[in-house]
Amino acid sequence: MTKTEALNSNSVQKLVSLFRFSRSSRGGMHKKDGINAVFFLTPTVIIFLTFILFPVVFSFYLSFHEWNMFSNEATFVGFDNYTKMFQSEEFWSVLKNTGIFTFGTVPLNMALSLVVAIALNKKIKGKKFLRTAFFAPVIISPVAAAVIWRWIYDPNYGLLNYGISFLGVGSVNWLNDPTAAMFALIIMSVWKTFGINMVLFSAGLQGIPETYYEAAKIDGAGKWAQFWKITLPLLAPTTFFIMIMSMISSFQVFDLVYVLTSGGPLGSTKVLVFFVYEYAFKFFEMGYASAAAYVLFVILIVLTMIQVRYMKNRIQGSF
Amino acid sequence: MKSIKTINMGKSVIKHILIYSLAFLTLAPFIWMILTSLKDMSDIFVYPPKFLPTEFHWDNYKKAFEAAPFGRYYFNSIFVAFTVTLGQLITCSMAAFAFARLKFRGRNTLFYLFLGTMMIPYNVTMIPSFLVLYWLGWIDSYYALIVPGLASAFGTFLLRQFFITIPKELEEAAYIDGATKLQVLRKIIVPLAKPALATLAVFTFMGVFNDFIWALIVINSEDMQTVQLGLAIFRDRYLTQWDLLMAGSVTAVLPILIVFFFAQKYFIQGITLSGLKE
Repeated sequence: MTKTEALNSNSVQKLVSLFRFSRSSRGGMHKKDGINAVFFLTPTVIIFLTFILFPVVFSFYLSFHEWNMFSNEATFVGFDNYTKMFQSEEFWSVLKNTGIFTFGTVPLNMALSLVVAIALNKKIKGKKFLRTAFFAPVIISPVAAAVIWRWIYDPNYGLLNYGISFLGVGSVNWLNDPTAAMFALIIMSVWKTFGINMVLFSAGLQGIPETYYEAAKIDGAGKWAQFWKITLPLLAPTTFFIMIMSMISSFQVFDLVYVLTSGGPLGSTKVLVFFVYEYAFKFFEMGYASAAAYVLFVILIVLTMIQVRYMKNRIQGSF
Repeated sequence: MKSIKTINMGKSVIKHILIYSLAFLTLAPFIWMILTSLKDMSDIFVYPPKFLPTEFHWDNYKKAFEAAPFGRYYFNSIFVAFTVTLGQLITCSMAAFAFARLKFRGRNTLFYLFLGTMMIPYNVTMIPSFLVLYWLGWIDSYYALIVPGLASAFGTFLLRQFFITIPKELEEAAYIDGATKLQVLRKIIVPLAKPALATLAVFTFMGVFNDFIWALIVINSEDMQTVQLGLAIFRDRYLTQWDLLMAGSVTAVLPILIVFFFAQKYFIQGITLSGLKE
């Protein structure tokens, strides 16, 4: 296997490798290695302690305190921040919006990216161009993307209203109507991110041996049967991985929301990270904001655990 | 026989038409952005939309650069993205070398801990990280934009996975000649790991250049704004000045599109490996 191939191999396999790397290091202790290790790891460890480990612990601590960051002392308030949050209507509406966004974006995104990945896995002219085209939205900044889409969504002169006028749909006030704004956010987000999943699905599809399809053809299976009986089942691990990863990133959407709708209209697109941002950096309620961040953390940990459990089961099953 | 061939060809033509239409739709916002950035306002506020500008107004870019200090934003973004990328290449390859080649107590535990941190969302560390920078007096400075990004669990992991595929025999000869670990890393491992380093570099550069929320939190003054932050503020100020807004957007996406054009392979590898996030 050349180095490039090693890098190219499927992301799922890479994740699998997390759980089984060699234990060969158990041998004799190399004194010099120890000193060297300190030297090689120090920069990384300092940054990690300061900007990851300390923050994780400290925001947990903060979530039980009331503090505006300018006063010297944080007041211990027990679970007050959490109870206040769970009793506030705003929090539940924010959680609902985040949920609607996630469950609107993920299935659309996955369906579209799978269709494109399958199409690109077949004999198509100009594959390289097509892949670049579908991937282009992924790499540009969310801020610029949202600025462009604001123009597309313009109620009077926007491209989208012009486009749908041919379908006989009247003009929609995309960003000023609560329902339409969420819809607009989901569409833009799918456009912005389906290229990622297309790449991941492509990697998964390339891992399915051609012989399976040949055998199925001999048995007289049509295209649909092949898709349902071969492609989908064999792609299941990739699909599951993509689903969880997409959910994790959807739960954390911020930039697109900030620029496209600023959480409006009437708070209809205010999502969890936006809520954390507002309370921390607009109202300086550091404790309350930290509590909200921890709720998000718990949601993401649950998703990650589901993912890890699934991967582990597969590893035990296949080795 | 002939008819089956014709049917297949027909199918193939339809497939091509569908996929190319989808590609066109995906690219349409880009095309629309560029066209609008070259239009006069009189071409912008018309319905039905006018696709091509009556006249190409290249001076929209000049106007945008005059309306806000995009030149300064540019410098800030590129400087920060470049420094963070360089820093990560150094810190990640050092840490990856330790995990791949050195034998020390607690190595596996530490490595698992590192991997675990990849699962910690940004939003949980964001508030205390801001506070740390506040206490250090680094808010509204390059330090605030650069220092927290100087290490990466993803980068360390990516490089470690690559380093362990490099045969050790190459290094043994160097050690016999009296080379130090650092020399081995620099002279043997790094040159062999160029594809992995390139993936990390391209990926980090893109992430930092496109970053918004962190700059939004730690930067106040106009001098220190990045392109993304500047564009977001520009949007608030020039709500419907679509000519200038689109010129600004083109400016904000151009460097990344250029890098992408030349280094597409590395972007895609990065995505495949990380599974990735917004």
